[in-house]
Amino acid sequence: MTIHHHPDEEILVRYAAGELAEALSLLVATHIAMCPACRSKVRAAEAIGGALVQDASPVAMSADALDSVLARVEVSAEPEPVKAPLPSGARPILPEPLRSYAGSDLDGLDWRRLGRGAYHIPLVADRGAPTARLLRIPAGRPVPEHGHNGLELTMVLQGSFVDGGERFAAGDVETADADLEHQPVAEPGQDCICLAVTDAPLRFRGPIARLAQPFIGI
Amino acid sequence: MLLVSVADRDRDAFAALFAHFAPRVKSYMLRLGSDDSQAEELAQEALVSVWRKADRYDPSRAAASTWIFTIARNLRIDAYRRRNHPEPDPDDPALVPEAPPSADAVVERKQDAERIRAALEELPEEQREVVRLSFFDDKTHTEISEALDIPLGTVKSRIRLAFGRIRNLLEDEA
Repeated sequence: MTIHHHPDEEILVRYAAGELAEALSLLVATHIAMCPACRSKVRAAEAIGGALVQDASPVAMSADALDSVLARVEVSAEPEPVKAPLPSGARPILPEPLRSYAGSDLDGLDWRRLGRGAYHIPLVADRGAPTARLLRIPAGRPVPEHGHNGLELTMVLQGSFVDGGERFAAGDVETADADLEHQPVAEPGQDCICLAVTDAPLRFRGPIARLAQPFIGI
Repeated sequence: MLLVSVADRDRDAFAALFAHFAPRVKSYMLRLGSDDSQAEELAQEALVSVWRKADRYDPSRAAASTWIFTIARNLRIDAYRRRNHPEPDPDDPALVPEAPPSADAVVERKQDAERIRAALEELPEEQREVVRLSFFDDKTHTEISEALDIPLGTVKSRIRLAFGRIRNLLEDEA
């Protein structure tokens, strides 16, 4: 897999520093699972975090801190994180941590109708915070036309789309800001499945999509 | 390696590790806005996690300080935002692997922490300041550009230079 479109370096650094909202962190984590180059940038940023902690001026702990910690480690073990079951056989299409957010790999998902043949699954939907969802766009069809008030990042998981003359395939991330009125179109041959993160509600342009917007809550 | 002994449940090694890192993790938490009792509690929790997860620490992948930083970072996110820090799963069959580190790299890795600190110290102060602000003050690049009264493009290029340098250092060995 050759990835041509990566998230901005600022996003990677803020992910490493622990300063991104959950929806954006999910997209970065999923991208770096598929992109060793960006994973190495995140590891470098984390190494800087480690060096900064190493260099921090020590602040005295309370007198009984060590005893208190040793008492706690005796009591309970670290719970293992819950992971989505692995599909048997083939390598999964959705990498972790996305697969656990979705609840399964692609073949077990419960898609909701979005109109014009498109489907979606909300994954992170905290009020007032960036949202993340899976999108499924039928092969050869456009994503419902939209602009948006804020940043939008779209990562391709399967299939591909073309937008503004550029092609986005598995692992690629398209970054669109508020000024961009864009029109991604899925390429023929295979439905295009994406992870879409927006930090403001989308403003759909088509009359049907605009009417539906208050009801589908995206 | 202290952490390797901690993985073998060596309490003396853990006490030494605690004496070094707990006060630094507390300092990191204070710097990011915790009050003293929150910072103390988070530092204790971080060291509890270090003890419990020590057997999962892989010295060929990260320096001890880097690994402890990521534990402290994730605890802080859990505590303040009641949410997770999503991360790839190194055992996931869908993870696209990098080339495995060479035997030389594993030997070299121990010195990463020292070399990264040295490299940070060699950076021009203007680059170091931007790195510190983006890690320790929860600031976006736009906010840094306003706080320092410099153009956004300058913030981005300083970050890019600083991180490029650290990355080269890590990749030279791999």
